[in-house]
Amino acid sequence: MSTPTATDPPPPTDPEDAVPQPPARSWGTRALDAVRYGNAVVVTVLALLVAVVVGGLLIAVADEPTRQAMHYFFSYPWDTFSRAWSAVSSAYGALLKGAILDPHALSSGSLTEIFNPLSETVLNSIPLILAGLSVGLAFRAGLFNIGAQGQIILGAIFAGYVGFAWHLPVVIHLLVALAAGIIGGAIWGGVAGVLKAKTGAHEVITTIMLNYVAVYLLAYLLGVKGFQRPPYQQAISRVVDTNATLPHLLGSDLRLHAGIIIALAAAVGVGWLLDRSTTGFQLRAVGANPSAARTAGMSVERNYILVMVLAGALAGLAGCSQILGTNPAITADIDGGFGFDGITVALLGRGRPGGTVLAGLLFGALRAGGVAMQSDTGTPIDLVVVIQSLIVLFIAAPPLIRSIFRLKAARGAGVGGSQLAKGWNG
Amino acid sequence: MSVTDKQPVDPESSTVHEVVEVPVSRRRRIGTGIVLAVVGLFCVLAFGLGSHAGYDATFGLSSLAAAHNLPDVVLPARVTAILLGALVLVLAGWQLGRGFSRRQLRWVLGVTIFCFVMAFLCWAMTGTKGTTIDFLGLLQNTIFTATPLILGALAGIMCERSGVINVAIEGQMLAGAFTGALAATVASSLGVGMVAGMVAGSLMGALLAVFAIRYVVNQVVLGVVLNVFALGLTGFLYDALMQPHADTFNNPNFFGPKQLPLLGDIPFFGPLLFDANVIVYLTYILIIAVHVGLFHTRWGLRTRAVGEHPRAADTVGINVLRTRYVNVIAAGLIAGLAGAYLTIGTIGAFSKNISSGKGFIALAAVIFGRWRPLGALGAALLFGFADALQTVLSIVGTPVSIPSSFLAMLPYLATLFAVAGLVGRGQAPAADGVPYVKG
Repeated sequence: MSTPTATDPPPPTDPEDAVPQPPARSWGTRALDAVRYGNAVVVTVLALLVAVVVGGLLIAVADEPTRQAMHYFFSYPWDTFSRAWSAVSSAYGALLKGAILDPHALSSGSLTEIFNPLSETVLNSIPLILAGLSVGLAFRAGLFNIGAQGQIILGAIFAGYVGFAWHLPVVIHLLVALAAGIIGGAIWGGVAGVLKAKTGAHEVITTIMLNYVAVYLLAYLLGVKGFQRPPYQQAISRVVDTNATLPHLLGSDLRLHAGIIIALAAAVGVGWLLDRSTTGFQLRAVGANPSAARTAGMSVERNYILVMVLAGALAGLAGCSQILGTNPAITADIDGGFGFDGITVALLGRGRPGGTVLAGLLFGALRAGGVAMQSDTGTPIDLVVVIQSLIVLFIAAPPLIRSIFRLKAARGAGVGGSQLAKGWNG
Repeated sequence: MSVTDKQPVDPESSTVHEVVEVPVSRRRRIGTGIVLAVVGLFCVLAFGLGSHAGYDATFGLSSLAAAHNLPDVVLPARVTAILLGALVLVLAGWQLGRGFSRRQLRWVLGVTIFCFVMAFLCWAMTGTKGTTIDFLGLLQNTIFTATPLILGALAGIMCERSGVINVAIEGQMLAGAFTGALAATVASSLGVGMVAGMVAGSLMGALLAVFAIRYVVNQVVLGVVLNVFALGLTGFLYDALMQPHADTFNNPNFFGPKQLPLLGDIPFFGPLLFDANVIVYLTYILIIAVHVGLFHTRWGLRTRAVGEHPRAADTVGINVLRTRYVNVIAAGLIAGLAGAYLTIGTIGAFSKNISSGKGFIALAAVIFGRWRPLGALGAALLFGFADALQTVLSIVGTPVSIPSSFLAMLPYLATLFAVAGLVGRGQAPAADGVPYVKG
């Protein structure tokens, strides 16, 4: 029997994996197959479709005129449908206007008005991409980082403190503040990594608890003189120096800042680390099969600590982008839910950097559009959260999407399949 | 089939689960001993010598509502704290010198935690002269805050003992809390609200079961996504329905306390345990039911078999998947009840994210309690106590003022230390989180 090596793929747990790959095919057949069997992209699009339909049902239920029409549904059903349709179309219309382009602005508005939705979309996607990379990187090493929220908060605290308490020359101040934020996040992630490596405490529990500790730590700091902004009445920190802020990319009227460059660079960096470096190989080996990695002479514990430090650093960068770019003072909700959304982004992106960037942009668009939807039509923004979770839920179960759309069963393309099927003992 | 007619054993497919009771290693023994010694020294130095001399610590054991009461316990604060610290130091010395066995260590740990907490309370009362801590109220509050944690943990145990990881307790609680408040308002009946809350929890459980068992989705991922889903859905419906029409959709009453006859008249224990609302009494019953059910009935044996070694269970004719479905959905009922407690059991109205992480703490209680109902009960009470203590300390003026944010961190830090320091590896059911595919 050959010695187990780290490169051996894990044994297929899904019987569908065993379907042999057909030989080379033409582009036409491949495109047809993609639709018939439902490859990753097709499944994603269909999942999005189903989630939007379910979201539409929710909008209709929440709409007051539609509910009133429902009272006489059986005598005059058409009213219900027409009112529901107008509620759904206006809500989703507002969402698209807020996320991509307002056709009204195209004819009469200035350049700023035309590009504002896109700027907001990309702005929202920055922390989503970074948090998604953080979660996704840990995934690849077999760890589930639910602590991006706490790591973002620590990153924001460190970067923000350097930003407003120190006074340095232009470029240097920004770099030092970024480094501080990275360190802050890395410490918080590292704690979970060390606990996992040294005591076996499961990272899901420790990172959740560290989230709460971070939330209360921030609440404490926001009441401390030197951190809190005078006259010490509101729970808000001092303002970051302009020297330490990330420059705006599309002029001062649009909020998009250089954080997106950092996020894209981080995605490239993570991609290189995972696919091209020895460290990344070890991380993936540990994620695929810790026992085999240990047999091959790798230190599983060291890799756990390393990946959590790196994941924390990435989430810390998300905190930097928030405090040094989007909102130059720390408030209690500085994490803005990006930590938890990072999980869904990473799942949608299937743990790969490229996918994470695309997923981050999609969810960024949903967030930006959701704000516009709420202010224009009064549809609560929580709808966006429902749609996001449904997309991920459907994507996680490709057989479900296939059975809804009667696609043929084929090569599994799910998230969290065999590589993640392990429990607390793992 | 004769005995000799054995199948050839494939060394690759058979997983060997070695259960070897290793004696406590020397390194671990010394480590635990040092931790105990540090705790003991801390009690003596910080809580004993650090407190003001000549103050009394008064523990109130009486309740205004009760007919019979115990007198207050008055102790000299400084001396008590030093003695409690000394007791921990003795235990530490024994651990360093001879070492306790694993079984004894659990009791030692309990005593240590008790000593630490009591010494801390003694210290806290030396801030101002004549401070009394309403000890009975503190314990009442502990049960009050621990109830949803206990119920959530029971749900988690039922799920995980059958081999399905339940990170979605939080989401099931939220669904139960929302539906409980909604149904109780619409039907203007608390009983209907409670049942509806339980059903909503079990529907979330059914979602978990279908995706985990039928579609073989990674269960931790699934749980987190279901939590997000429940948070979004209840938040959306709250904003869309409850907020604008609070009277028609979010105005339930809540279960008031009902004193039990006879039992409720026992001094101290009466007001502590037997003057609560229906859901708390249901919790008592469920604790016993799940414990007895899991370890003394056929259902329990099958559940544990399915959670430990599904293939073996399948071989002897147990329907693995059906057992898992039943357990996960029944667990959803209990988690839904925990949610209903948050609304119609305590304050009435639903608000956004009302569970605020209680499901995750319940999950931690499952792990800290080593997947046993009574262990989880202890853990949940500990977290409930940390939570209740925070309220008491914000009223009592401690000698050194502790910021309220740090007090609020207490339950989470306690969980962190508990999970990191005491649980260790490999305690979960062997097949927990591993989907079963027949073949």
